[in-house]
Amino acid sequence: MQTAQDHQPLLAVEDLTIRFLQYGRGLRRRELAPLQHVTLGADRGQMTAVVGASGSGKSLLAHAVMGILPYNAQVLGRMYFDGGPLDAQRIEALRGREIALIPQGVSWLDPLMNVGRQLQNGDRSPQRKALCTKALQRYGLSEETQKLYPFQLSGGMARRVLMASAVVEAPRLIIADEPTPGLPAVTARRVLSHLRQLSQEGAAVLLITHDLELAAQTADRIAVMYEGTIVEQVEAEAFQTGEGLSHPYSQALFDAMPGHDGFLKLKGR
Amino acid sequence: MRKRMSESETTVQSGRGFWRDKALWRSRWLRSGGFLCRKGARLLLLLLGVSAAAFFLVSLSPVDPLQTNVGQAALGSMSQEQIARLRSYWGADTPPLQGYAAWLRGALSGDLGTSLLYRRPVLSVMGEKLKNSLWLTAAAWLLSGAGGFALGTLAGAKQGTQADRVITGAALLLSGTPAFFLALLLLSVFSVQLGWLPVGLSVPIGMAAEQVGLGHRLVHAVLPGLCLSLSGMPNILLQVREKMLQVMESDFVLFARARGDSWRAVAVRHGLRNVALPALTLQFASVGEILGGSVLVEQVFSYPGLGQAAVTAGLGGDVPLLLGITVASASLVFCGNLMADVLYGIVDPRMRKAGGLL
Amino acid sequence: MKTRQRDNCQRDNRRAKTLAGIVLICVLLFAISAAGMLWKEEALVADFSEKNLPPCGAHWFGTDFMGRDMLVRTVTGLSLSIRLGVLTALVSAAFAAVLGIGAAVLGRAADAVVSWLIDLMLGIPHILLLILISYGLGKGFFGVAAGIALTHWTSLARLLRGEVLQLAESRFVQMARKLGHGPGYIARIHMLPHLLPQLFTGLILLFSHAVLHEASITFLGFGLAPEQPAIGIILSESMQYLSMGYWWLGLFPGGLLVLVILLFFWLGRSVCALLDPASAHL
Repeated sequence: MQTAQDHQPLLAVEDLTIRFLQYGRGLRRRELAPLQHVTLGADRGQMTAVVGASGSGKSLLAHAVMGILPYNAQVLGRMYFDGGPLDAQRIEALRGREIALIPQGVSWLDPLMNVGRQLQNGDRSPQRKALCTKALQRYGLSEETQKLYPFQLSGGMARRVLMASAVVEAPRLIIADEPTPGLPAVTARRVLSHLRQLSQEGAAVLLITHDLELAAQTADRIAVMYEGTIVEQVEAEAFQTGEGLSHPYSQALFDAMPGHDGFLKLKGR
Repeated sequence: MRKRMSESETTVQSGRGFWRDKALWRSRWLRSGGFLCRKGARLLLLLLGVSAAAFFLVSLSPVDPLQTNVGQAALGSMSQEQIARLRSYWGADTPPLQGYAAWLRGALSGDLGTSLLYRRPVLSVMGEKLKNSLWLTAAAWLLSGAGGFALGTLAGAKQGTQADRVITGAALLLSGTPAFFLALLLLSVFSVQLGWLPVGLSVPIGMAAEQVGLGHRLVHAVLPGLCLSLSGMPNILLQVREKMLQVMESDFVLFARARGDSWRAVAVRHGLRNVALPALTLQFASVGEILGGSVLVEQVFSYPGLGQAAVTAGLGGDVPLLLGITVASASLVFCGNLMADVLYGIVDPRMRKAGGLL
Repeated sequence: MKTRQRDNCQRDNRRAKTLAGIVLICVLLFAISAAGMLWKEEALVADFSEKNLPPCGAHWFGTDFMGRDMLVRTVTGLSLSIRLGVLTALVSAAFAAVLGIGAAVLGRAADAVVSWLIDLMLGIPHILLLILISYGLGKGFFGVAAGIALTHWTSLARLLRGEVLQLAESRFVQMARKLGHGPGYIARIHMLPHLLPQLFTGLILLFSHAVLHEASITFLGFGLAPEQPAIGIILSESMQYLSMGYWWLGLFPGGLLVLVILLFFWLGRSVCALLDPASAHL
């Protein structure tokens, strides 16, 4: 029994396809399928990065797992969490407690509510308040931060607040959706090290990013997304050495990384 | 090391915020004087424009006030001298520019002229009519705002459900119904068919003024008030609903749901909060609409308020009264918009912390 | 999943239904206005032997105090309302286009004048403004038409002004400028395709407002001569007979008026939905 659980990753996505119906001008309409046949796993104690160009459907994957896709989206395929199927009902029960999302930026905070109240989520009990304070402290944010409104946060602070919101309770799966764009390199690296720490504490971390370099440095496994599908999922080392990359897109990504780009190859010839 | 660095960063941030707030409080009070002066100047300019435009529009009129109010037959039996006196009474022989200059001079010294139909100072006529209208329009204004906000947020939060469809459908139907027709319907159902409420006027017919109690006035105001509230509601309701839909599709609502909030909790905690501000603006901007509606509704219910006086003045060519009512309602509309600006600055934390308008 | 699929099919149908709806509404409105024009004479025919009849087989909407057929009068009145509404909305939209685009293009002075004019007009309650204008221009058909045409352009002008300013700032227009295209070319190729749908939907949405306000101002007595079968006059007349229990004099004409206003409103919404896919989840 235990072995069965061990073999299945905490989050398993199988053959996930997301479709939208869109209308053009007049009577024309078309179907978009930004995600097609995505299969992916994220395991306990590991940091799995989903890497792909912008517009490749990475964020939709996060939204699908969190159950917050727009209402006209059509979801096909299977998702499992902790061995059991992850359907709409179960997502609703788990999110915020066992599954946490770290969203992209400050626009994901209510502009008219201060930070403390947003983290409390309507639960004003002293226990909850203590948990929030602790979560903020963990990322070096003082009590005063709770009184600030989102527009008063600097970019780095906002990122830490969003991170803190994920760890108010102890989630088993953390999905970070593009947590680094717009941040100075130092801050971005710090954000990733915070995520790394969460995975070392036993959580499964799913990092969604377009920054392959950072992902290769911090993640354990890397899933490469290309045109709406995961073309391969490999150990992060593969992107250090270049070995074990079978898909041409991942090879091209590898070649484009600083340090081992096309120049070296040219020189070799 | 890293942790210490970030801690110092936050204390610097909050410290700066504290001082910034204090300095802002001072400059805000200094600035509020300037703000009010600026708005006051704008009001004066607007009133000048409104009165001038209204005056010249009215003076263009080919309608002969003598024909309308004295009548062809009576005019025929009068001597030239009498007619000339009447013509000057109705201002028919004053050139418009001169007339406006005279009116403006009077207005600046607080005299809006004499109503030609009521033969009393315009200010006293308006005061009396306003006393009748004020409570009616104020109550309708509050009711339509409150009802529109409540139903609009409800419909927006429950988009696509039966409740949404019923509320939105009713609002659309109501917005396509002219206020006077709604008044006619209410009147024929509740007063004529059911006989529950009086047919019109603000007090019982033939009752001496000192006998009229608050109860009488209330009973007479129920239908006009209801009608005015209902006709003002759909605009606010539909816009609040639209805003609510936008809010419910926003990133922060998605995030709140991702944090485990139920749909209802999200709607209450984030939806209401974010819709309240635009709703407040809408509410204060709807002053003009309620005033306009009162013109029609008062006409149907023969309710002797400002709106009915405007119709009487317009039909009878009572230029001073028409001008007075126009200027007064333009001021009211302006004050409504001003209140919206000021309240926005107070309520919105972004404006508040940044110094806002005040 | 199955239900989702069916949903999509229904949505697909809905799009075609929207188009069918537009056609149907146009036909209905056209029929009413044509019928009204044909019945112009009959609407004035009085028959005192058949006065104040409640709705019956011969007179579906009953008759009034002069024995005139209310159905004929109502349709004639609505026909006038529809034609007046379309005419005034067209004039208003033309005003809006000229003033709104002019404000955006002709520099700061023009912008200030137009903005002030808009503030001025929005500063007075609409009905009061209509009373002022129709009084100023002499009550009657011309006063009403001018009043409605002159008071409905403001919000559309504001919208178009904003749109032009935004377009002028946009990357593709700036790029076109750098590429050396003249203002005429930019206006034709880059601006008109964005502005025309806005103007068109704005125009159609004006119809219902114009009809509503025409009825209101005529009801107050600022409109047409009392013998003319305008819908406002019919309703204002019906008020005198309300307390006598002649409910049909008001209910049917008013009900049809609401229907026409809603038809115009739906027309606007449907056209909007077809022209601007982003706004429509139809």
